[in-house]
Amino acid sequence: MASLKELRARINSVKSTKKITSAMKMVAAAKMHRAERRSRQAQPFATAMQRILVSLKQSLEDRSGLPTLLAGTGKDNIHLIISMSSDRGLAGGFNSNINRTLRNKVKCLQQQGKQVKIFPVGLKTYIYCRGEFPDLIVGPKHADYRLGSVEYQSAEQVAAYVQTLLDEHQFDVCTILYNKFKNVMVQTPTYLQLIPLELAVADGAEQNISNKQDIAFQITSQVDYMFEPEAEEVLHRLLPENLKIQIFAAMLETNAGEQGARMTAMDSATRNAGKAIDKLSLYYNRTRQANITNELTEVISGANAA
Amino acid sequence: MSIELEIISPEKVVLSQVVDMAVLPGLEGDIAAMKGHIPMILLLRAGVIDLYQDNKVIDRLFVEDGFAEMKETGCTVLAKCIRKLNELSEQEGIERLAKLQQEYNSASNSNDTVKQRELIDQIQGANVIIDLAASHKHNQTL
Repeated sequence: MASLKELRARINSVKSTKKITSAMKMVAAAKMHRAERRSRQAQPFATAMQRILVSLKQSLEDRSGLPTLLAGTGKDNIHLIISMSSDRGLAGGFNSNINRTLRNKVKCLQQQGKQVKIFPVGLKTYIYCRGEFPDLIVGPKHADYRLGSVEYQSAEQVAAYVQTLLDEHQFDVCTILYNKFKNVMVQTPTYLQLIPLELAVADGAEQNISNKQDIAFQITSQVDYMFEPEAEEVLHRLLPENLKIQIFAAMLETNAGEQGARMTAMDSATRNAGKAIDKLSLYYNRTRQANITNELTEVISGANAA
Repeated sequence: MSIELEIISPEKVVLSQVVDMAVLPGLEGDIAAMKGHIPMILLLRAGVIDLYQDNKVIDRLFVEDGFAEMKETGCTVLAKCIRKLNELSEQEGIERLAKLQQEYNSASNSNDTVKQRELIDQIQGANVIIDLAASHKHNQTL
């Protein structure tokens, strides 16, 4: 049986843990509101861009010599997965969900005989990949694989690297795996195929995403567009832009999701700490009472004997 | 006979409104988006979008580095930089122009033609800012 002193120390330590988790929850909540607003406001641009390009692709389908950013290399052998997580932990299952989904996807692709390359963005997924798939990691020289503070420039850097890989024919298909921010409680690992450009969500993670944007993809009908200037020039300017924007949007969602997940995790941690304190206090009081009873019995029996 | 006009920047939806007509600064000349316009994808130069309602200009917005999608019933403008005319300052434009010209000189020394072309576009943008800010100020003093 633990001594009273030990119990007091444990209660105090749980109490200070509770203080920390509840502070982290507050901080995460404040950060999340900002991150979510940023992400929500950036969404229309990304969605509109994607919609325009998808309909562009449809109306250009029969032309040959489309840019590789739009149509891919025409093969399906080497897959590049941009796996996106946060840099820090203590966010519940946020990062492990991404890593698990990534592992399943990689195993699945490898079974089909495809070659897989992974470009981790975010320290948590990088550390996981380093342990699990050290040979598959690709990245620019001197990359630190951090998500960092989400700025448009960092999305541009990622996009630039993907572009160089594509120019060197280092991959055929590029997908991005990130946590889609649905609400504070729910972030679903989602695939978005970037190259070749795809309609809506591809496969795997979650198919029943039925928000307006995805419906907008489906109903985009065949439209024959006129271009000014020439279609090639328009595409050449829009495609790299689109890549950046989609990556940027994914980064923003990851950022918002991380804070949301941390908030939820810290909330339940705070509640668990509260329960633990209650339990320990009860135990402490019982032990104290038992000690007093013991001492009394000893005093009384001592008096009787005398 | 009106169209739904949406003007969107990477950060947010700047404007979503029903107008009679919007005149967009296309790369090869101004184009008016009206109801029944043939579907079209248009690259924009740095310039001003004029929104018309009942044959009057109701709003003017400066855009840079953007493109537009026109459909029969609506028009979506996506641009990296969208600002109200009164937010533009002549001083800022002049500073930017000086900086860009420096960059252009160093780019032309290194024969980087792609970079040069990009910079020429940006320099045009800066010039437009200066002109617009000046004329806006002039109109207000009248």
